[in-house]
Amino acid sequence: MIFFVLRRSFFAIVLLLIVSAFTFVIFSALPSDPAALTCGKNCRPEVIESNRERLGYDRPLVEQYGAYMKGIFAGRTYGEEGSSIHCSAPSLGYSYDRHECVTTLIASTLPVTASIALGAFVLWMVIGVGLGTLAALKRGRWQDRVATAFSVIGVSLPTFFLGLIFIMVFVIWTGLLPFPRYTGLTENPVEWFMSLLLPWFVLAIISAATYVRMTRNGILEVMNEEFVRLGIAKGLPRRRLIVTYVLRAALVPIVTIAGLDFAFLLGGALVTESIFNLPGLGKLTLAAVINSDLPILVATTMVSAVFIVVANTVVDILYGYLDPRVRVK
Amino acid sequence: MSGEVVLEARSLVKWFPTGSSKLLNRPTDMLQAVDGVSFSLDRGTTLAVVGESGCGKSTLGRLLARLIEPTSGSVILDGTDVTAASSKELLALRRDIQVVFQDPYACLNPRHSIGQSIGTPIRIQKTLSRAGEKERVRELMGLVGLNPEHYNRFPHEFSGGQRQRAGIARALALSPKVIVADEPVSALDVSIQAQILNLMEDLQRQLGLSYVFIAHDLSVVRHIADRVAVMYLGKIVEIGDPESVYDTTAHPYSRALLSAVPVADPRNASRRTRIVLTGDVPSPVDPPSGCRFRTRCPKAEARCATEEPLLVDAPGRRAGEHLVACHFPD
Amino acid sequence: MTLLSVRDLRVTFGTADGDVHAVKGVSFDVSPGETVAIVGESGSGKSVTANSLLRLNFGADVRTSGQVLLEGRDILAMSDEEVRHVRGREVAMIFQDPLTALNPFYSVGRQIGEAYAVHHPEASKKELREIALDSLHKVGIPEPGKRIDQHPHEFSGGMRQRIVIAIALVNSPKILIADEPTTALDVTVQAQILELIAAMQAEHGSAVILITHDLGVVAEITERVMVMYAGRVVESAAVADAFVTPTHPYTRGLLKSVKSLDSVRHERLESIPGIPPSLINLPSGCPFHPRCAHADSLAGRCSTEVPELRRVGPGSSACHLPDERLLNLLGGAHER
Repeated sequence: MIFFVLRRSFFAIVLLLIVSAFTFVIFSALPSDPAALTCGKNCRPEVIESNRERLGYDRPLVEQYGAYMKGIFAGRTYGEEGSSIHCSAPSLGYSYDRHECVTTLIASTLPVTASIALGAFVLWMVIGVGLGTLAALKRGRWQDRVATAFSVIGVSLPTFFLGLIFIMVFVIWTGLLPFPRYTGLTENPVEWFMSLLLPWFVLAIISAATYVRMTRNGILEVMNEEFVRLGIAKGLPRRRLIVTYVLRAALVPIVTIAGLDFAFLLGGALVTESIFNLPGLGKLTLAAVINSDLPILVATTMVSAVFIVVANTVVDILYGYLDPRVRVK
Repeated sequence: MSGEVVLEARSLVKWFPTGSSKLLNRPTDMLQAVDGVSFSLDRGTTLAVVGESGCGKSTLGRLLARLIEPTSGSVILDGTDVTAASSKELLALRRDIQVVFQDPYACLNPRHSIGQSIGTPIRIQKTLSRAGEKERVRELMGLVGLNPEHYNRFPHEFSGGQRQRAGIARALALSPKVIVADEPVSALDVSIQAQILNLMEDLQRQLGLSYVFIAHDLSVVRHIADRVAVMYLGKIVEIGDPESVYDTTAHPYSRALLSAVPVADPRNASRRTRIVLTGDVPSPVDPPSGCRFRTRCPKAEARCATEEPLLVDAPGRRAGEHLVACHFPD
Repeated sequence: MTLLSVRDLRVTFGTADGDVHAVKGVSFDVSPGETVAIVGESGSGKSVTANSLLRLNFGADVRTSGQVLLEGRDILAMSDEEVRHVRGREVAMIFQDPLTALNPFYSVGRQIGEAYAVHHPEASKKELREIALDSLHKVGIPEPGKRIDQHPHEFSGGMRQRIVIAIALVNSPKILIADEPTTALDVTVQAQILELIAAMQAEHGSAVILITHDLGVVAEITERVMVMYAGRVVESAAVADAFVTPTHPYTRGLLKSVKSLDSVRHERLESIPGIPPSLINLPSGCPFHPRCAHADSLAGRCSTEVPELRRVGPGSSACHLPDERLLNLLGGAHER
């Protein structure tokens, strides 16, 4: 087992290096000149050139990448003495547009996104797996039809639409909730919770739709397995059979997919964050796209990649734990 | 046996990489699926290859049709080395050797009509025009006992036996010399098995076909084989004329295999002394040293663990009539 | 004394294409300790019959009628909770494919212990482990102490079937239903498993109902055989009678199609012409008449009237042909 974990971790690191190099190259190959973007429209060429030098864009690509990687571990200082800007480790670059170190930006937005992702994840697993299980056990009856209808609606609703409807219904018409204004968890837990309630539900409903279907189909498939029939033939009580035989088997693949979905969400919920005006990673990315803020784009892409690779590794290890058949001997 | 050799296997070996080292995903073990198999098949005759799961018989079948590449050794089809053929030559060689699978679904596209599926090899090889293909397919359907009127029906509208007839028709589409039949009746009901076996015999006589017939028990092949080979863990342990192999069995494994076949006649059941082997077939990744059967053999002695028995003429038989790989043959 | 009595069992599955009449009026008795075989090809209704004995036919629209009397109690009329106490304790089952019959997530020891614990809630963990160890040992698993904590995928097919048998026998049931227990196994392993079932039967005194398509397996271990075709029993007799002097044309055809080790090279196999009927659109009259060589000799009676199972010679047969023809014309499946 320890070897398995070590090997997976090793490959994860190699993969991240490749992804980072790839991201770096792609963004460098873009036609827009990063130095030209550092100042406004009426920029004098001397300023552009001096900025280019300060930010290191005049160096060869490999050297730039080296400096970038070094920055992650050792921090980085841009420019000459006196007018220099220092971003301490782990430095992911400097946003000229915002005049801030990218790491600082990400550090301030990540907790928001993590709050959104975590709550939505818990909710959608409960709704998705719960409704899916109910639908499978009550196959063909009204509960099944309701769950299926929910699933179809959830899958086909665009996030922004559901988000706007929620705001209309819960904020504007009934006034049940205040318009979400993000408050940190440590600042005021109650307000934190209230401000995130709507985005949680929006994300959860949309993601849960797929999980309802996956859970329902997974359970129905497992129920046809011969080992479940043997369980019935043993005389196992129905409840125990469902929990220890059916759910146990049906949830293994769902856990895998859920892990990846969660990681994906950690990379930023672009639409949801925008609708509810939450200062998360997604909103940061969106703004960076609009302003062609390359350092931020490179950084957010890499942060997302880290989450996905880490989640993949965790899921693989978890899978080995959940399913004895893939456990290494 | 006299006659002209149509297919020959020379020291065929197929190892599959398996397992992996702890830190790097490099294969460390070799699954020795087929390990040095040689035989020859005379034109118009049937060689039956019999063995239990994991003995390598299906891998051997796929090697013969060159659906997979051998690790070493060669297959000679009508004087041409199949294993050395370029991909261009291979296309032509494919006409001469065709495969019938256990599950006819494997070669019938569920979205194509049965007629289209049977004609697929003709379309791939472009041997006939569209109209010619259709006519040929109808002819083939009649030949295997399917109603040519059912050209446009889909595989699910046919029973298992009829689907296997279609699988045979498809294999015949290019008028091959040799057909490798991999357990063609194992998935069928008893009453249907007999129909398909009879059909294969009729076709052999009519078209002068040669068969390599792969089966997992000896009773199926008794009727159709002109020569029987018994495989165990990637090697032929006994090969010979069926009368000799069945009635004067020389290898202890073949004896066990024969005695294990349940007999439907209660009067016969007591006549046979049953040899029940203990344990399971060892892993082909790490086969026993010396004779591979020794771990389950009632006759095994010290010599069997150190010295691998060669496939040689069984005692008291004409040369080539009956070969066995055992230090203590009967 | 009768242990199990099945009366006019009928099972129909509603499907999108129409009703599938899988079992159409099957009746039979099983005595304590007896071995009975139900033989048939796919679609004959043999497995559905077996599953009905424990109410194990599942699906959206399954309709079962008739009676399954276990020592006088009708299993088909029991509550779900009552059936649960019969399953695994009084009547146990072995399935066809040992590769899929065991729960891949739990150790084999746990699965054997569980089968006991369901019906003996008072048993302690230590007791259950002892029982599992003992069961593994009895069914011939080498080194049970080491193997007890392993998972099913670490065992070969034959070993897994031994474990399935251990699970079935852990409560010493009155009846053991074995649904094609050796079909998925290699011949040499099949022989081991058949011996094991016979030995276990002797030890526990259970009656065995063996479901199989393999006439050879029937001849090896059973005393009495019922041959099913298209949802009905067409012949029922002692194995010795049914196999030596079969009375029903279908049984005879089946026996003739069996490939024998004693046959001659290139000898033509006798086969039953045609294909088994669709269970949705059964032929009128005798379901076997479209494939039967004798159907024409009775002036259309075979295609209009369903033959009842009646006493013919030492056994029973469901055929319109007169007794003397059934006994004489068809007799001797092994004549050449």
